[in-house]
Amino acid sequence: MFDVAGIVVALAVLLVIYRVIKGPRICDRVLAVNAIGTKTVVLLALIGFMYERPQFLDIALVYALINFIATIAFLKYREMGRLD
Amino acid sequence: METRAIITLVLLGIGCFFIVVASVGIIRFPDFYTRVHPAGKTDTMGQAAVLIGLAVYEGLSLVSVKLVIIMLFLAIANPTATHALAKAAYVAGLRPWRKGEPRR
Amino acid sequence: MSFILTAVIMFGFWLLLSGHFTFILLTSGIVASLIVAYFSHELLFGDIDLKITVNRIVRLIKYMPWLVWEIIAANIDIVYRTLHPSMPIDPEMIEFDTNLKTETGIAILANSITLTPGTVTVEAKRDGKFKVHSIVRGVNMSGMQAKVEMIEGNRDV
Repeated sequence: MFDVAGIVVALAVLLVIYRVIKGPRICDRVLAVNAIGTKTVVLLALIGFMYERPQFLDIALVYALINFIATIAFLKYREMGRLD
Repeated sequence: METRAIITLVLLGIGCFFIVVASVGIIRFPDFYTRVHPAGKTDTMGQAAVLIGLAVYEGLSLVSVKLVIIMLFLAIANPTATHALAKAAYVAGLRPWRKGEPRR
Repeated sequence: MSFILTAVIMFGFWLLLSGHFTFILLTSGIVASLIVAYFSHELLFGDIDLKITVNRIVRLIKYMPWLVWEIIAANIDIVYRTLHPSMPIDPEMIEFDTNLKTETGIAILANSITLTPGTVTVEAKRDGKFKVHSIVRGVNMSGMQAKVEMIEGNRDV
């Protein structure tokens, strides 16, 4: 059950990678990378259940935080030209 | 099969369906602002369904509380991030696509 | 006040993530949450009035079921538009004003707009002006606006 769901989510990530490579503007690419990050969190949780190792959930939580911070930091850099 | 496994199966199915449709939407829609719609909504719904399904499978424990926290965080952070992206694109002067124009 | 509240929330989060209750972990958790609370208690709450905040949280919880229903409707709408062979979309930008006063209210309305059928917030200003990208023409936003104003309550902080 969990492995099938994991494979489906991984295929969805593959689909979005098309937009990352093609995406005509930089904001399309950032949007696609953000979507991949969301799917990766789901995938990490599924992997934790697949191998019955709940430590993966901590990784998923930290990954969700980093993904959000990364998107916001990138946008701030684009908008202001600096990060401080 | 017991009831909890069936509920988990149904929620995982719904969640995976929405996640795949969100990916298809990000590929198919014609411009940036329309791509924000599947990325902001359908992804949020998909991850919520999958993570709640896992929490139902686990039952009440520290693991399911963590799953619910991840779910709530993503449900707040994902619309915020897509809104920030849309605002950045708008400030940069990206014009929204109108019906009848070519895809970009 | 906000310092103690932040420290308690941080320590609760620590306990939740660690799940162990040995002496060394509890002590380092208390020290870490005190340090974090010292540096960031103004960020999380600022100056708060506990009574108004609790009232708002209760009203927010009452608002949740309606929001969940709207999210499901929005997703079915997006799935239909994505998978339909000819993609029935006709996007436009709309602008409108609201009477929201607090930043929390504006944030809740902005995220609710993003999650509900056919609309994504593009710009939400502090004085309550909103710019919304809508995937079909002629969307009415007044119902949700009234609901968020009700959460915020009539008293200003």
